[in-house]
This record gives sequence, C-alpha cells and structure tokens, in this order.
Amino acid sequence: MSKRNPEYDFEWCPGCGDFGVRRALENAVQARMIEAELPMENNVVVAGIGCSGNMVHLLEGPQPFGFHGVHGRTLPIALGVKMARPELNVIVVAGDGDFLSIGGEHIGPAAQRNLDICVVIMDNAVYGLTKGQSSPTTELGVVTSSTPFGKMEGKVNPLELYLTLGASFVASSYSSKVKDLTVLIKQGMNHSGFAIVHVQSPCTTYNDTHEAIRGNPKKQITPLAYDVPEAHDTSDLSAAKELARIPGVPLGVIYQDPESVSINQRIAELEARAEVKSPAELVDTYKI
Amino acid sequence: MEKKQNFIVRFAGEGGQGVVTAAEALAQAAAQVGYHVMTFSTFPSQILGGPTWTQTRVSTRPVLSSGDELDVLVAFNREAYDAHSPDVGAGGVIIYDSASFQLDDDSQSLGMPFDELGRSTGNLRAANMVVLGALAKLIDWPGSYMDDFVTDRFTRGRAEDEEIIKSNHQALGLGRDEAVKITFKLGELSDPIPCEGEQILIRGNDAVSMGALTAGVEFYVGYPISPATPILVSMERNLVGPGKFAYQASSEIESIAAILGAGFAGKKSMTATSGPGLSLMSEGIGLGWMAEIPAVIVNVQRGGPATGLPTKTEQSDLLMALTPAHGDCRIPIIAPGTVAECFEGTVKAFNWAERYQGPVILLSEMMLAERAQNIPRPDVEGTVVENRTVYRGENGYRRFEAAEVSPMPIPGGPGAYVANASEHDSIGDTTHLPQRHILMTERRFSKLKLLEDGTYESDNADQRVAIMPWGGSKGPAREAYDQLVDEGEKLAWFYTIFLHPLPPALLEELRSKDLVIVPELNFQGQFSSILRMDGVKAESITQYTGLPFKVSDLMKRVREHISVAAKESVTA
Repeated sequence: MSKRNPEYDFEWCPGCGDFGVRRALENAVQARMIEAELPMENNVVVAGIGCSGNMVHLLEGPQPFGFHGVHGRTLPIALGVKMARPELNVIVVAGDGDFLSIGGEHIGPAAQRNLDICVVIMDNAVYGLTKGQSSPTTELGVVTSSTPFGKMEGKVNPLELYLTLGASFVASSYSSKVKDLTVLIKQGMNHSGFAIVHVQSPCTTYNDTHEAIRGNPKKQITPLAYDVPEAHDTSDLSAAKELARIPGVPLGVIYQDPESVSINQRIAELEARAEVKSPAELVDTYKI
Repeated sequence: MEKKQNFIVRFAGEGGQGVVTAAEALAQAAAQVGYHVMTFSTFPSQILGGPTWTQTRVSTRPVLSSGDELDVLVAFNREAYDAHSPDVGAGGVIIYDSASFQLDDDSQSLGMPFDELGRSTGNLRAANMVVLGALAKLIDWPGSYMDDFVTDRFTRGRAEDEEIIKSNHQALGLGRDEAVKITFKLGELSDPIPCEGEQILIRGNDAVSMGALTAGVEFYVGYPISPATPILVSMERNLVGPGKFAYQASSEIESIAAILGAGFAGKKSMTATSGPGLSLMSEGIGLGWMAEIPAVIVNVQRGGPATGLPTKTEQSDLLMALTPAHGDCRIPIIAPGTVAECFEGTVKAFNWAERYQGPVILLSEMMLAERAQNIPRPDVEGTVVENRTVYRGENGYRRFEAAEVSPMPIPGGPGAYVANASEHDSIGDTTHLPQRHILMTERRFSKLKLLEDGTYESDNADQRVAIMPWGGSKGPAREAYDQLVDEGEKLAWFYTIFLHPLPPALLEELRSKDLVIVPELNFQGQFSSILRMDGVKAESITQYTGLPFKVSDLMKRVREHISVAAKESVTA
C-alpha cells in the first residue's frame, strides 16, 4: 500500500528476499534507462503469480508498464510483447513455482527461440502465497504442508535445466547481494537473447535459508553461496554445466553464449527474403 | 426435356486418389464460365488413404447448400460405391472405375478404367481429366468449358506446359468418348447466368485470413489443429514485413497468452484454433476480458467433445465460446454462416475487439472452413476498419478509473499501468475491496453495450412462427425456408452473425414470436437455450452426425414444429 496505490494491501514478510531483488531490479532498470536515454515507459515488467509476482506493483520510482498475468504464463506473454515491439525492454519476474512448475513447458521454446528478454527468478523453494507447499526446488524428503511425510520427488537443478534447454545467458545470485545482482540483471538485459538470472530469495516464513546461504561461523555452518571462480570460462557450455552441478549457490555469470543471435535478429534476415503483398493483391489471387 | 438448373456430383474414394482435386477442378472450371459453385469435403484424420469424399454443386443461381441428392456419383472403388450410391437421386448416374470393380449393366452407370485411360495419354496424372471429360459430356457442356480451364490451369510459363495441356485435353476427350457410348441421359445443364461484378473462388478459412489482413491484423500466433491450420499457414506466408509477426506456438496456451501480450503492446492480434485448443485457451480468454486487451480468437468448430471428430462438422462450441472462462464474463461472438460472411465477420471481430478493448470470438466451423465457394470480391479498399482509442496524455493516468471503456496506454508511450489478471484498482494494482470489484465488474460488462450495432436479416417478419439458424446451418435452412414458403407455409426468417450481443431490435422481434425454430448441429440445442434465457420461445432442430443438414430433412422437421405450434395455439 502506498500513496500511489491506496487500495493495494499486499506486503512481503519482513526479511523476505524479494525486497533485495526489487532494489536490484529498480537500480538496474533505472541505470539502463539513463544509459540508453529511453524513458521508463519503454520497459515492460511481466510478472507471474505468487509473492514474487507482486514485484510489479511494489516497484518504486518512475513506473514501467506492467503485465501481471495468469499463473505460469510469463514467457508466452513476454513473447507477445517482445515480438510485437522489439524496441521495448522486456523483463520477466517470477518465482520457482510459477516458472519451473506450472510454467515449465515454456522455458524450452523461449530458449530455442532465444527470445530477447531478461528473466529474474526468485527461488525460495516453497509456495509462499498459498502457505507453504513444496515446489520443484524443494529438496527430497522435506516436510511441507503438501508433503506431510516428506517430499517424494527429487529437486530440479534449475541452472542445469536452463543450460540444457539452451538458454544463452544464465546467472545465479542471492537476494541480499543487491549490488552484484544489479550488475547481473543489467548484463542479462544487455544480452542479445534469452537471459535468466536465477536468484535465491529466501522465504522467511516458510523456508528461511538466509543463514544456510550466508553461512554462520559461530554455528559452524559453511555458506552455500560461493563466488563463481575467476578462472571459469563463461563462454564454455560444458564448463558451465559442470559448475551448475556443484552443490551450493554460485554467485555470478554461469554461461553466456558469445555468439548469441536472438529471434528478432533472425527475423530481420528472413523478412528480407519475403515477398509482401497488400490485402487487395492477396484477395485478387483468388479471382476466378 | 427441361434444362437442369443444378448439378451435384460427389467424388468418393481413398485419400490420395485425387478426389478433392477433381471436385475443385470442376468447381473452378464451372466458376470460370459463370456458374455458381460450392464444394464440400469430408475426409479422415490421416495423411493418406481412408475413405474421402468431396461434393461439388454447380448452379445457375447462388448456391446455399452442398445439396441433398446426387446427380452423379464418381466412385473410385467398391467401398465408395456401397457407401454413397443410396444418396444418388432418381435418374442419377454413377461413373465408376471399372479397373477397380464392376457393376451390373442395368444400373445407370458408366464404367471405365480411370487410370488406364489417363495413362494412355502419356500423362500419369490425367485420370481425373478422363472423369471430368465424361462428366462434362453428361450435362452437355460445350467442350470448350473444360478445354479452356485446362489451358488456363497448366499455362505456367514452363517448357513442358504445352505437352501437359495436350495430354489433359486428350484425357478429357477420352472421357467424352466414353460418355457418348451410354444410352441414358442425365439432362443438359442450363447455360450460366454470369454474375455481376468480380467474383473470387475461396475457402472459408482463407476468407477469414483475408478478412484479418484487411482489418489490419499485425500479430498472429497459432498452433496447428484441424480444421483451423490453413489460417496459420496463410498468416505465416502473408503476415510478414516490418511491424508484423506470424508464428507457430508451442501450444494454444502459448498462442493466447502471446496474442494478449501483443495486444497489450498495441498490436491488432489474432489466433485461430478448434475446440481442443479453445479449451486450452480458457484461462487466457478470461485474462483478456479481465485485463481489457483487444484480441480476436477464431474457433473453427469440429465435432467434440475432447478430441472428438477432428475432420467433421458440428456447431457445439457455442456455449463454451460464450463463457469460455471461469468467473463473470461473457465473450462477444460473431458466427459467419457463409464464405462471404467469413470475411465480413472477421473484419467485424477486429473492429469489435478494438472498440470494446477485449477478446472477441469468431465462431467458424469445419463445413465453412473447407468449403470453396464463389463470392463477390470483397471490397477491401472500402472496408471500414476501426482502431482502439490510445491514451496520449501525461503520465499519472488512471487507466481503469472510468465506469466505461477508456483510452488505452501503449508501452513506450505515456500512462504506464499494470494489465492485471487479478481484480485491480484504477492503475491496475491488485485489490480486494468489494466496492472496486463491483465497479470493475460493471465496467467490463458495460462495454458490451458498444457492440449492439449488429445487423440482421428478416423476411415475412410478421408471421407468428419463425426459423432462425446460426452459422453454417444458414445455407440449408434458407433453402428449406424458401421451399416451405413457396409451398404456402407461414414462416418468418431471421438470421444474424452477431450471436453475442444479439442486435437488440432482433431480440425484441424474436420475443414477440409464438415459436422460433433453431436448426443447429449439436445435441443440446445450444443456441435455443440461450434464446430461452433471453425470453424467446425457442426450440431447436438438432443433428449430431458430423455432417451438415440436408434440406429435405429440415423441411420435414420444420413442418412438424409448425403443426405442433399451430395445435398449441388452438388449445390456448
């Protein structure tokens, strides 16, 4: 709720990772706006359903256009927006449930098209808004309200999945690393093709992983987060897949295809070969 | 012997035998000399083989239906003969492939080895022309009709043209020679009365595509599905160039979401599908209604439910099209009933979508989609095209503040807002306030008022009993109506392509009738149930065979309804 939207009554829980992601997204979009000398209205944020989807109503400062669609359909909506208006900067924000479960079927096609958008995923390994059910990134055996005897399925490895499906830019981060995340989101937006920035964004109510990610020397908890080694070659897909298989939360760019060609670039080439007829000329081809 | 005004021929055989090609060649040849033509096809859902048939009707007057009784059955095999010979009318003739099977001499039949005769010309693909040559002779067409057609069709600027034309002319001649040998007569077809103005020969699906292009479609995403695929193919081929986009989606779920994204981004957008795809689009259509985004959804009905009858015709998606999504919504529906109306209805669907800023469903059907028919060339240049009102003011705009339709901001321009699937406040942010839900629900429904400009047909409007078909049942119903009125029945005729919202004046007239008879191809009587909800005394004549109505069946059943209505009015 704010002066801008007094009827809006949604809030994130205190300590929610999505606050940090919001700050990073605002910073990245505003910086890009200044650099590209394009107004904020040139940005479209397509949001999924869930706590993270509310991002589109909670952004502060100059307002981009928003599309808060139905559950799981961020990528198809973004396909429509971007292919209709390639000059717009299109950002998808969604959670692990929206993107990897109900919307999972759309990742492959978007990656093969190399749709020129930047996707920011807030992964908390739980369905928060519906009060704590298991998600695709919940670990095997974890007890949640929908898995009272422990989760029966293994967890998906999102980074490895994105790479296998052909995403041309994959980065991983943690919501509290706002500065680093800002840089990664900017890189993702500037990448010509399908970019995913996968962020660990803990749910402080149902699955608080802040301490596990950060670590705690006093409790002898080794941090899950680690910087992507400087020696890692981000243009090497095999190296990226190996890195994605290492347990923990890598921080940084995992993979970027240096020769990435987006669908918009390909279409420009095809169009040059197409013969375009006016509606009247086309109707006349049916003349008796 | 009186000259025939009508000529109905059915080509029946296996898929891949050239059944469709022969029927369409006959239609094209007849249309070229000024006859009115219509084809109707039905085929199995497989690439090759399976029982297939196509019917061509040639007439001196505009054709309303594909016709009940056959003048000629062309049977490519025994199975086709067995299945279709009962439909041959009195005095009708059977042309059959004698290399495939034999008939008794006493039937009105003409057997000849199609392939052998065709091949004897040196052209391996001339068998169809042998058949067409025989057909043309049966109705005493001048030889030039088919000869000129062949010359036109095969003049393609290639070295081999001359040879191909020669062999096809030879094949026509061989067919004629066979037809001369028979002793019985079919009757001469009257000379054509050439149509005024330019004509085109086009299928319903292509007429939808041409209508969309004329209306200014800029964005198309669709998924292959029978019988809507030709629209995807046409869009992929023709909707190219700067600012335009046509694309094959990974599913109908993606199609609908993508066209809404594009509509939100300012484009005139369309998708086309059939029943199973419409089911998948359910959530998306609700989103379009809620977020107020213009979009056209073409649903080419086939037999249902589920996978149903993919290549047969039915009018059973009406109730679903009206309320395709959960929650309070009622989607505008335009249902063309002729190939010409496929063009006009599509243009109107775009105009409606732009005007009320929401999804519109164009409800076509298999029997229209796959039908080739001659229609006057649409007035592309003179077509009225509407565009949405775009917001061009300052930032800080409240997109959903008004109680009615309001200018739409377009990304890249001023007035940023959130297009929201959740109930939302005046800037598109989610809200749960009762008062806002009331206001927004009423806002969305109030916009339907803008679409009450639909036109309708009426004849003998003062009669107490009326017939009112919808969609593709228009043709057979009109033919039945004309004959019934000729025979003295007292019956009014009403018809519109605007099924929701119905033109208010039409609804008013229908409410005043003792009975409105609705012929429709579904089990439940879907349209009559809607009319009854609207206070009309409506009853359906239903059929659910996967095939269109026969005129004779309709006449019989309309008479039954009229006599029951008459008894009831006496009792009352």
